[in-house]
Amino acid sequence: MTTFERIEISVIFVVTFAVFILGVAILGFGREIGYVFHGWLIAIVAGWGLMNLINRMNDKQPDIPHEYADTVIKWGVWATFIWGVIGFTIGDLLAWQLAIPSWNGDMSWSNFGRVRPMHTTAVIFGFGGNALMATSFYVVQRTSRARLASEVSPWFVFFGYNLFVLLAVTGYPMGITQSKEYAEPEWYADLVLTFAWVGYLWLYMRTLANRAEPHIYVANWYYMGFIVVIAMLHVVNNLSMPISIAYPKSYSLFAGVQDAMTQWWYGHNAVGFLLTAGFLGMMYYFLPKAVNRPIYSYRLSIIGFWGITFLYLWAGSHHLHYTALPDWVQYLGMTMSVILLVPSWGSVFNGILTINGAWDKVRTDPAVRFMMVAMLFYGLATFEGSFLAIRPVNTLSHYTDWTVGHVHAGALGWVAFISFGAMYKMVPWIWKREGTYSLRLEAWHFWLALSGTLIYVGAMWNSGITQALMWQTYDADGNFVYAFIDTVDAMRPYYFARAIGGLLYLIGACLGAYNIYMTVKGPAMAPAPDKHRPIMQPGE
Amino acid sequence: MILFVASLGGLFEIAPLFTIENTVEKVDGMRPYTPLETAGRDIYVREGCYACHSQMIRTLRSDVDRYGHYSLAAESMYDHPHQWGSKRTGPDLSRVGQKYSDTWHVAHLANPREFVEGSVMPGYSFLLDRNLETSSLQGSLIALRRVGVPYTDAQIENASQDALWQADADANFEGELQDSYGENVQVRDFDGQPSRLTEMDALVAYLQVLGTLVDFDSFDAEANNR
Repeated sequence: MTTFERIEISVIFVVTFAVFILGVAILGFGREIGYVFHGWLIAIVAGWGLMNLINRMNDKQPDIPHEYADTVIKWGVWATFIWGVIGFTIGDLLAWQLAIPSWNGDMSWSNFGRVRPMHTTAVIFGFGGNALMATSFYVVQRTSRARLASEVSPWFVFFGYNLFVLLAVTGYPMGITQSKEYAEPEWYADLVLTFAWVGYLWLYMRTLANRAEPHIYVANWYYMGFIVVIAMLHVVNNLSMPISIAYPKSYSLFAGVQDAMTQWWYGHNAVGFLLTAGFLGMMYYFLPKAVNRPIYSYRLSIIGFWGITFLYLWAGSHHLHYTALPDWVQYLGMTMSVILLVPSWGSVFNGILTINGAWDKVRTDPAVRFMMVAMLFYGLATFEGSFLAIRPVNTLSHYTDWTVGHVHAGALGWVAFISFGAMYKMVPWIWKREGTYSLRLEAWHFWLALSGTLIYVGAMWNSGITQALMWQTYDADGNFVYAFIDTVDAMRPYYFARAIGGLLYLIGACLGAYNIYMTVKGPAMAPAPDKHRPIMQPGE
Repeated sequence: MILFVASLGGLFEIAPLFTIENTVEKVDGMRPYTPLETAGRDIYVREGCYACHSQMIRTLRSDVDRYGHYSLAAESMYDHPHQWGSKRTGPDLSRVGQKYSDTWHVAHLANPREFVEGSVMPGYSFLLDRNLETSSLQGSLIALRRVGVPYTDAQIENASQDALWQADADANFEGELQDSYGENVQVRDFDGQPSRLTEMDALVAYLQVLGTLVDFDSFDAEANNR
């Protein structure tokens, strides 16, 4: 072990030990049962990590194989699908709760308000975050031709991050939440994420620094943007003052209008950098690889990166149109949101045109079809986003299901489609399989997912616009035509349609998970004699 | 470099909100929440009510006609965190205070569809059976003071007692509470169970104060245009 590695492992040891102490303190001083349970969870995971670290430190001649570090990626694939299926299931359950309210059960832990963040966190951070981590580890190694720069920190990052997701998702039904949208986890879970995330950034930068290639491939820029910006957003938005170590509850540092602006600066850029920049990084590696064509315009991909990095951070205030936020911030956010369409659609065209010359693969390879349709949904969602950011348009969409439909056009259609496409490619590559277990199942997954998404988004467009118009309908005397509850009654058919669309999507994802499982269980390829041989296309 | 470019938007949009003086209007009547209202707000936060209810009336005619005067920044100046929300599956709650009776709130929370046919809201009858934990209220007020809510030493000292007093059916200590927090403190038994202090007491006390604090007679909209 070199001195540098010794220092690194010591730092990780100290941090893990601090997390362990945090867990012990929580389970010792905690006064609420859910909180004490979280203390145990933290202490057990951190304690197990410490034992592994000690073993590692005692190993005088650690064996570092001359190959890419893919084991942690394999774990990431499993985490992606497990969180995905959990998150989609809870999401569809919520959809049914709105269609059939008695499904809430009227118990504290089962009511919509507590379950809803379980869905958003499991999907955004559990499914999306793990997909990004796994693919980013794959991409940075291949494009740098370097093994991940550390043997222990990938595991520290993976387990730390998933501990955070687990704490978050199990905390909400027990009432542990800040109720800041998409930033619900309480202070101690946020601390765990902060440690894991700094480790992620450090690991990524060091691997890039070790690269054998002279050039940093553009996908890494997007992944780096994602990691850096999420770190900044997470820390600033979650600044809060806990009551004491005895309680999970904390009060956010900012209040009212400043807190709202900070929250939507965070919320919009969790979308912009976790759900967009990160996945564009994924697209810029896996789409060209899958169709075996170079990026249509490398220059455009770089311009798009800086455009998105600069513009997105200004756009958050479009979530607060006509509110008590000062007007100048609203107009500024609206303007930047509209300009944001340029780099967004630049990326769309760049992705779609990359397929030129290989359009037959869209027909023969469902993974490519997933990625192609993902680009279309990305184009749709970003156009819609800029459109809804215009103040008068926003009067029709805000507070309604249109927002929910918009988010799901992006989340189901873009984020999850590109992830599924990338996973169907990456899984055979890292497990060294000829291809996926079944292309037919892949195709079934695609069509179920597509029809589910279209039903979902269509239902939400209809319900959102209907409800907004009903809220604004006056009779000739200037009185409202509809009471609020009338506008809720009008939602019923759309709520059922949405729940059915979601169910189709969930079934598709289960087929996908099964397909991945069978692919991994299936026979491995004969070892390749030449490492640089071209990668086989399952569709051919 | 990424960090620099990415931080510009936040720096230019968020930082001025702390320094430009008229971001939060000067209004009469606004005060920190009482310990009981704070406990109620904590329950509102715990149950994730923001997922379906907004607390922000926009400056649109259809919002103002339905819910009342548009929300001022000052009205959420002590909200750590804000609960403006982003979705109205149910109606806006920023001025729900004193619109309905306590009895209505308790019965509606316990069983929404008995009062509003077609409501999709879950039931919260369990709040009636849970005694309010008052021992942590002092810690809550201390934490809130650390982030800028101007609680006095006496208010912090008496936090748990004030919570009990505010839900006292006989309102024996109304004078003390109003001396401490102001004229607009509502003192009574909120949940219809005079012998107990429950989480329902706290939540209804919080709902009944929403939007009732600011004195709009003395508010000059033109002067506060920004």
